[in-house]
Amino acid sequence: MVGKFIKRFYTFLIFVFLYAPIVTLIAFSFNESRSRGKWGGFTLRWYKELLYDAPIKNAFYYTMVIALLSAIIATIIGTIAAVGIYNMGFLGKKVVLNLNYLPVLNPDIVTGVSLMTLFIFINLELGFLSMLLAHITFCIPYVVLAVLPKLKQLNKHLAEAAMDLGATPFYAFRKVILPEIMPGIVTGALMAFTLSIDDFVISFFTAGKGVTNLSIAVYSMARRGINPKINALSTLMFLGVLGLLLIINKRTVIENKGGVKK
Amino acid sequence: MMAALVVGCSSSSKETLTVYNWGDYIDESVLKEFEKEFGVRVIYDTFSTNEDMYVKLKAGGTSYDVAIPSDYMIERMIKEDMLEKIDMTKIDNYKYIDDKFKNLDFDPSNEYSVPYMWGTVGILYNKEVVKEDVDSWDILWDEKYKGQILMMDSQRDSIGITLKKLDFSLNSRDTKELELAKGELIKQKPLVMAYVVDEGKDMMIGGEAALAVAWSGDAVFMMEQNEDLGYVVPKEGSNLWFDNMVIPKGTKNKELAEKFIDFMTRPEIGLKNTEYIGYSTPNTGTLELLDEEVANDEVAYPSDEVIENCEIFLDPSDFLKEYDRIWTEIKAY
Repeated sequence: MVGKFIKRFYTFLIFVFLYAPIVTLIAFSFNESRSRGKWGGFTLRWYKELLYDAPIKNAFYYTMVIALLSAIIATIIGTIAAVGIYNMGFLGKKVVLNLNYLPVLNPDIVTGVSLMTLFIFINLELGFLSMLLAHITFCIPYVVLAVLPKLKQLNKHLAEAAMDLGATPFYAFRKVILPEIMPGIVTGALMAFTLSIDDFVISFFTAGKGVTNLSIAVYSMARRGINPKINALSTLMFLGVLGLLLIINKRTVIENKGGVKK
Repeated sequence: MMAALVVGCSSSSKETLTVYNWGDYIDESVLKEFEKEFGVRVIYDTFSTNEDMYVKLKAGGTSYDVAIPSDYMIERMIKEDMLEKIDMTKIDNYKYIDDKFKNLDFDPSNEYSVPYMWGTVGILYNKEVVKEDVDSWDILWDEKYKGQILMMDSQRDSIGITLKKLDFSLNSRDTKELELAKGELIKQKPLVMAYVVDEGKDMMIGGEAALAVAWSGDAVFMMEQNEDLGYVVPKEGSNLWFDNMVIPKGTKNKELAEKFIDFMTRPEIGLKNTEYIGYSTPNTGTLELLDEEVANDEVAYPSDEVIENCEIFLDPSDFLKEYDRIWTEIKAY
């Protein structure tokens, strides 16, 4: 009885730590006063202002487009790379895997500055393309790391069996291997998407004029004070993600019940 | 799909002007007005520190037509040949800039910059807790206020006011003087509640701290939110700062950049920005349009006496690493 209570209390504490900041932020998005130190009454003013705020909307647009594109491209490249690495010889695998770890362990600022230097060196004007390339670059290793374990769990003879039954290598990959490693790919894609939205340092160095993402926009307010419009935007994004998760979970439950789970 | 996106972003064939400014440091409707009046498109980006901006411009790869850095950074950029000379004959509204904000140390012959906003650094205090008269930096070293003092997490500002307290120049290039300042700041450390940037504002408004080092523009905002707060530029003198508009080298449209600077210097446009940001305007035309109560506010517009007692930050250039070292040693102590 006591044990159960402690368990529940512990879980409760974890959720408090995780969600208290978000709840505060949501509450203050309805605050009439610009200051977070004072409650000035309830208002929807910040939501309204958000609607007309071109720079923030612009930053939101780029954040989403870059996150989507880099997640898709990094997932494709990363999955193919993972399959390649999986089929390498012992030594080659070791070398390539270690190289793959380097960008993950490297401080962001090193990656950011070196990418910026590279782009300037090859005369690529900093802007949308440079930022997208940078995001794809730092997302790929995470996708590889998410897909590889799934490949390792795979029955080695699965592909051979498929080909024995007449499948071409590509057909076997598409119809047999891919569905098996799908959970890893989805994990990788979600990770890439989140990392891309989250990243500030690399974005800052590789962004060019007119192309700003939310992290840069918010960070540049740090000196003068974060505008409460950002609270409103964060609230909307939080609700958006929450809604998306609910829909996905509901669908999974239905699929499980119907027995059509892949 | 990607190509469509890239093209989609630059589809208009209008002339474009790119502006690089501090975050949340302009009334955005002003940009729209400029676009409409001149039939151009404005691309507007923001940064959070002079150093961030410097890195982006220095590295190249992206160029801006107008940027708005602060005094010492302008001096450095002039030294490093990163700025275009502005043709002041094209800035008709330059006549509105108050003479006391011309010929300043960082741009002695007014060739590279046009003032945008200015202010002082001083002590913001809570009258409910601090009952005595505040007129000296010494109060930030008073044991009575242990745990209620907020310092700026900014090396030039924090070391600068300490140098002032010791009656040195805040542009000191003397290692001995810097070491003395370091000693003072280390001595002060147990009294300090936190080294803050933006979050300090909320702590002062909420009454969590009694004393803070603050910029005059922020002080005006905080005093509006909490009537118990007062602001003083100490008698030893302080820092006077400027954010000026400049045209970086590599601009693709210098003429339009000059038009923009001229536009921003118009009294009515200056008024919009000043009212939105709440900082002090160097524009006499704007000042006349400004609400009288604001224009007579001694916090935002201190007397000439106070201003003359202040110093502007100069670029320490190679001496900067001494400041870095001193600040690191203070923070690590």
